[in-house]
Amino acid sequence: MKAFLLALVALVVITVGANQILHRIGFSADAATVSSNNVRLPDE
Amino acid sequence: MLRLFSLIALVWTLAVPSLAQEADIDTRAETGGATTLEDIMRRQEGLVVDDAYRSDLTGDPDAAAATTDQLGTLGGASDPDLWRALRYNSADITTQTRGPAVTTLMQDGGMSWLLFREGPLLKIGVYLLGGTLLALVLFYLIRGRIRIHGEKTGSTITRFKAFERFGHWLLASSFIVLGLTGLISLFGRKVLIPAFGPEAFSMLALGSKWVHNNISWAFMIALVIIFVVWVVHNLPDRTDLRWLAKAGGLFGGEHPPAKKFNAGQKLIFWSVILLGGSISLSGLSLLFPFEFNLFGHTFSTLNSWGAPGWFGASDLPYPLSPQEEMQFAQLWHALISLVLTAIIFAHIYLGSVGMEGAFDAMGKGEVEEQWAREHHSLWVEEVLNDKTAPTKEA
Repeated sequence: MKAFLLALVALVVITVGANQILHRIGFSADAATVSSNNVRLPDE
Repeated sequence: MLRLFSLIALVWTLAVPSLAQEADIDTRAETGGATTLEDIMRRQEGLVVDDAYRSDLTGDPDAAAATTDQLGTLGGASDPDLWRALRYNSADITTQTRGPAVTTLMQDGGMSWLLFREGPLLKIGVYLLGGTLLALVLFYLIRGRIRIHGEKTGSTITRFKAFERFGHWLLASSFIVLGLTGLISLFGRKVLIPAFGPEAFSMLALGSKWVHNNISWAFMIALVIIFVVWVVHNLPDRTDLRWLAKAGGLFGGEHPPAKKFNAGQKLIFWSVILLGGSISLSGLSLLFPFEFNLFGHTFSTLNSWGAPGWFGASDLPYPLSPQEEMQFAQLWHALISLVLTAIIFAHIYLGSVGMEGAFDAMGKGEVEEQWAREHHSLWVEEVLNDKTAPTKEA
């Protein structure tokens, strides 16, 4: 069952790693659909 | 005289309904070309309403109210013209918000998507997965466990190397988690929220979404691994026809000869590769919304071939709004995943309780030689010949 346990470890590593990599390079569903910028009108 | 009056009365009572029916034919004219009661009734019944009388009426100065009319204050483009254009997504929209799909203010697909997702899709899921489990239980009760018929030899043959088993388990474990989290998302609103309440489901839904989105990469990597290591052994050949003709010996005592993978396993392999690949593609388009669209182009191509007509259906919708692309991707993703899950149920059954000695292949990598001779006779000969070949040369 060593291969099975190794696969579980790889599963966790890939899952967390993929999330971190995508988050750091800003390539995520969040980045594609959410903007923190508001529309601001100039102060008169 | 009385007879004449009776005749006139009879003709009148028969003629009035038919006149009324004739009047019903052109109800559009009665509303001045606008929505009729029939349109509203059809929409309320969820039937298709031909909106061409409104949707085709945008952007045409000739169709707009004249500037001298009461509604013609905007010149060539009247207010109704503008609202129709917004309604049918043909207005020239500019926004300050920068992002994909922000200029689509209205799209029709959302409602039919929601109705399908909350109704037929859930039913398909329940019947497909429940039906498969029921069929497997019945099969087990009727056929029982497939035993090793001959006497066990006590010696084993290496069936799968460590890397093959690693790829299989990476795929299997990620698929099970993806299946569970996917079902949580699919049945959340209809089943889990009424059962556990919105607060409990909120946490579950957030966790499921995070896991589902991120574990998908492990599934895709594993899919590539098993394709690379096993594709050579899964190319169809003549032994598959013989194996299929005897239904793999499932119902008789005789085991048809097979190589490393029999025809049944090959069908599972190609189902996993093709359906898993399709699930991955639609999943990627959902993971990065609006980044790449799969369905509009496909529908357009199928329409150009006349494919929907082969099944007596009308053309598939085209062009699609960005939101409709996502809706089709979600439905496709869910449907194909349900089909693959049903197939995998059968695979898990045969690889565990359904067949004596089968789990060892993936558990330890070693299988009982007698098991191998019964289920993969041609492969055993290959392996044993390879083992003895160097000895002969020496």
